[in-house]
Amino acid sequence: MGSTGAFDEIWGHGGPEAPREAFAALSQWIAETPPDELQRRQHSAEAAFRQLGITFAVYGDSDAAERIIPFDIVPRIFLRREWEKLSEGLVQRVEAINAFLEDIYGARRILDEGILPPELVLHNEQFRPEVAGIRPPHGVWAHICGIDLVRTGPDEFYVLEDNARTPSGVSYMLENREAMIRLCPELFRDFRVAPVDSYPDMLLETMRSVAPSGRARPVCVVLTPGHFNSAYYEHSFLADSMGVELVEAADLVVDDDIVYMETIAGRVRVDVIYRRIDDDFLDPLVFRPDSLLGVPGLIAAYRAGNVALLNAPGNGIADDKAIYSYMPEIVRFYSGGEAKLPNVETWRCREPQALKYVLDHLPELVVKLVDGSGGYGMLVGPTATHAQIEAFRAALIAEPHRYIAQPTLALSTVPTLTEKGLAPRHVDFRPFVLTGSDKVRVVPGGLTRVALREGSLVVNSSQGGGTKDSFVLLGDAA
Amino acid sequence: MMMLSRTAAALYWLGRYVERADFIARLVEATIRLDALSPRPAGEAAWQSALAVSYTDEAFAATGHPATQAHVARFLTLDAGNPGAIIRCLEMARNNARAVRTALTREAWTAINRAWWLFANRASTGGATETLNLVEQIKGETRGFEGAIHRMMRNEATLLIQLGAAIERADNTARLVDVKYHLLLPAGESVGGAVDRDQWTTILQTVSAVTAYRWLYSEGLRPDNVIDLLVSRAELPRSLAACVEESVTLLSALAKRTGLQGEADRMARARLARIQKARTPDIIVGGLHEYLETFITENALLDGAIARQFRFL
Amino acid sequence: MRIAVEHRSVYRFTQPQARIVQMLRLTPCDTQHQTVVSWMVGVDCDARLRDAVDGYGNAVTMLYAEGPIEAIEIAVTGEVLTTDNAGVVRGAAEPLPPALFLRTTARTAASPELAAFARDVSDGTGDPIERLHRLNQALHARFRCVPDVPDTGLTAAEAFAGKAQASRDLAQMFVAAARTLDAPARYVSGYRLDHMAQCAPHGWCEAWVAGLGWIGFDPVTGMSPGDGHVRVAVGLDADGAAAIAGRRIGHGDEELAVDVQVDRLGNEE
Repeated sequence: MGSTGAFDEIWGHGGPEAPREAFAALSQWIAETPPDELQRRQHSAEAAFRQLGITFAVYGDSDAAERIIPFDIVPRIFLRREWEKLSEGLVQRVEAINAFLEDIYGARRILDEGILPPELVLHNEQFRPEVAGIRPPHGVWAHICGIDLVRTGPDEFYVLEDNARTPSGVSYMLENREAMIRLCPELFRDFRVAPVDSYPDMLLETMRSVAPSGRARPVCVVLTPGHFNSAYYEHSFLADSMGVELVEAADLVVDDDIVYMETIAGRVRVDVIYRRIDDDFLDPLVFRPDSLLGVPGLIAAYRAGNVALLNAPGNGIADDKAIYSYMPEIVRFYSGGEAKLPNVETWRCREPQALKYVLDHLPELVVKLVDGSGGYGMLVGPTATHAQIEAFRAALIAEPHRYIAQPTLALSTVPTLTEKGLAPRHVDFRPFVLTGSDKVRVVPGGLTRVALREGSLVVNSSQGGGTKDSFVLLGDAA
Repeated sequence: MMMLSRTAAALYWLGRYVERADFIARLVEATIRLDALSPRPAGEAAWQSALAVSYTDEAFAATGHPATQAHVARFLTLDAGNPGAIIRCLEMARNNARAVRTALTREAWTAINRAWWLFANRASTGGATETLNLVEQIKGETRGFEGAIHRMMRNEATLLIQLGAAIERADNTARLVDVKYHLLLPAGESVGGAVDRDQWTTILQTVSAVTAYRWLYSEGLRPDNVIDLLVSRAELPRSLAACVEESVTLLSALAKRTGLQGEADRMARARLARIQKARTPDIIVGGLHEYLETFITENALLDGAIARQFRFL
Repeated sequence: MRIAVEHRSVYRFTQPQARIVQMLRLTPCDTQHQTVVSWMVGVDCDARLRDAVDGYGNAVTMLYAEGPIEAIEIAVTGEVLTTDNAGVVRGAAEPLPPALFLRTTARTAASPELAAFARDVSDGTGDPIERLHRLNQALHARFRCVPDVPDTGLTAAEAFAGKAQASRDLAQMFVAAARTLDAPARYVSGYRLDHMAQCAPHGWCEAWVAGLGWIGFDPVTGMSPGDGHVRVAVGLDADGAAAIAGRRIGHGDEELAVDVQVDRLGNEE
């Protein structure tokens, strides 16, 4: 078994022979189940995923227009105490995100008090003046959040990224669990795993709780861009498991500031829309005038308070890269306490002291463009050439405000089935947090993504990443 | 909750496309058999008529290939450039099914999805045996789909899929009889004259009616009896009479569930009354071709009325 | 001054439309120097109208009409009392901070030529108002002004390469140029009393100067707007302040005819 030097969540630093104390039983299950048996179960799960059509499209890949995301049979496990601590941090963070959005589209107190540089918000394309002044029904903005976390040690979790727009992946959490229950029933007999299958009910409760007031039996729908979208399976899965209609923009009409769907018996009023399409394509009258998609008049209905949109348009400002580094300050500003879940340490090069540190430590750091996307304009110090480092040094000195820098982290690993047997592979984690008008709900589970290539830190499904089930135990040992 | 108009349209077209895929599969299967029994020139004619039945003769001519089994079988099954090919019917069926995933059971969806995967990764049909294998698999999957539909709740979704299938089946059978009759009985030749047994057997095979024919008619294979069976005998599920009756039943069941009754119901009932009165000898005397042409036109009008009644977008 | 406005937009379709949804920014708001005496938005077919205020503080009217519609006319008639305040805007709804209007958009991104032009004309003075006035006059001097026609989507950078432009394009160039000088600037659509026949509303701009507030500039006249301008809507660019944004459900093409009449009433002065 290769040792990466990173913390393994089951084996600790000692390898398979010396697992972490609480994980002795699970480690034994891994050791005693023959690899070819694990392999067989894994293939069976993947075949089922393919038949169900749990596929995603890889753009520009015509040979395999639809692929399944590889599934790994060895679960990732959180002990109860670990989870409780994580949950508290998640709730605090999501509450702060909601408070931030309420403020930034309303009074903008956080700018007046100098907590955030105003231009960081006002000049940011993710801040949408078109929806300024709108207060969503019940004042909830980020109903469904996916918070991406990484771990570096037993008690060291860091937020890598917030997703407050339309985070996806929850269908994998549910389907992975279904597969595990079917293929490894013994694990559920031996360990008390918190169920995740109530997620659709929780989501529907959340949706109903934010319906415009006065609507006794609110009609909820899921809005999808259509079945060519890479996350379509998830859209249909969620609509199906909640028992609500899955609509496309063409099914919706707005008349007199009220949203309806076109049915075989005429129009039916819609009260709550879980939309899985981007802001840009919601309403061509307000956002992209060149967009042929969208529902003309939708934002007018929203502004009039006649429909709830999950998540609220304009949320992108809360999970923007430039704002991320201020999340500890944002959490402190709205909650009055320190963030329970820390950010990955981030140096904002716009600040002279930070810039000096970054320039002195370039070979150890990851430097990112604040407004860059897709890895463009990124320096990974430890693997960069001298010339690349010097080029970034010049760029940083010229335009420091465009850059942030972070340390390179040693992500935790989880034993994963590879062609050569079980080996540690790096993972990240996306738990889902639901916010309704009544309460904040954290689902005991989430999406664990695993980098299947040895040593790789890239967990993206388009680049060879896979998924694992994520167990949250009702006890403190596995 | 009332069904989305778009969902209704997708379900109806799902039914039509699966039925069409199944029909083309049977057509190919029966034509391979006919081809095997005939000397070469007759074989080409068999494939030519298969193209005519599936409305793809012109599209095939445009490919410039000779009408041999290898070319036509591939064209009708795997050629993604042919909108009438099985692969395209399954693709359209799957697209419609995907768009209404929530209205289908997992079983119904997986049948369609499996049928599509059968084709998605194949480039050639190979020889006759491979083609027959492929066709057999498709028939298996469409049968599986029909079974899954029967096991679904008998709700609007099921009824719309079945309605689409009934309308498609009516068109397919009418077209099959029309083309084969034309081909087999050139002008001037009388019904009941010298016939090619194999050709008529091919027709019966295409609509799975060989056994039914033996049960219902004692005189051996006669064209007027074949026509009687395929046009007027409601006992045969693929006959025009059966399709017409089924459309009425399905529309009534839909009306009961949705409260929507209108133009389509009236047209379907009028058509049923006409076909129940019609007698096969009269149809043949009056001109079978004209009769079938009118039937196909009426079927298309009913299709349009259904689209309006259920507000297909 | 008492100003009467008549603004008709007629859409004709080659095939009947099933539905039309439009967002109209056709209603002026009261400010300290502009009082709306009467204002009416009328539509010549069965339609539902709903009033609201958008994120920029503009009065908007949603129009919903069910087909079949072969043609639709949106007619605005109204009267406004104005007073001259040397272009300084007071008493308008200002829901957004001025710094927002430093943001650039696809239609107001300055080309290097336009940025250089802004730099050159403002060179030699540190006074922000003076710089903006110079920019306004320089644009006025550089371009021959042609009557407005319905928007074709021209960008400020494209307009700068031409010789003769409509008020909309002059205003977008001002907005783009002013932002390169770090002055928050926005597009204004409305009406202007003049003698030119109009086929679109008038466009001008406002820039923000610390201590003074928003100040109007009209590159068509090279001056600040006085009491001959009726302010209707503001936005980051001409799209954001467009009089009509709409979508129709139906096939065929459309043809738009616009007629704007602005007249002075009475002789109070």
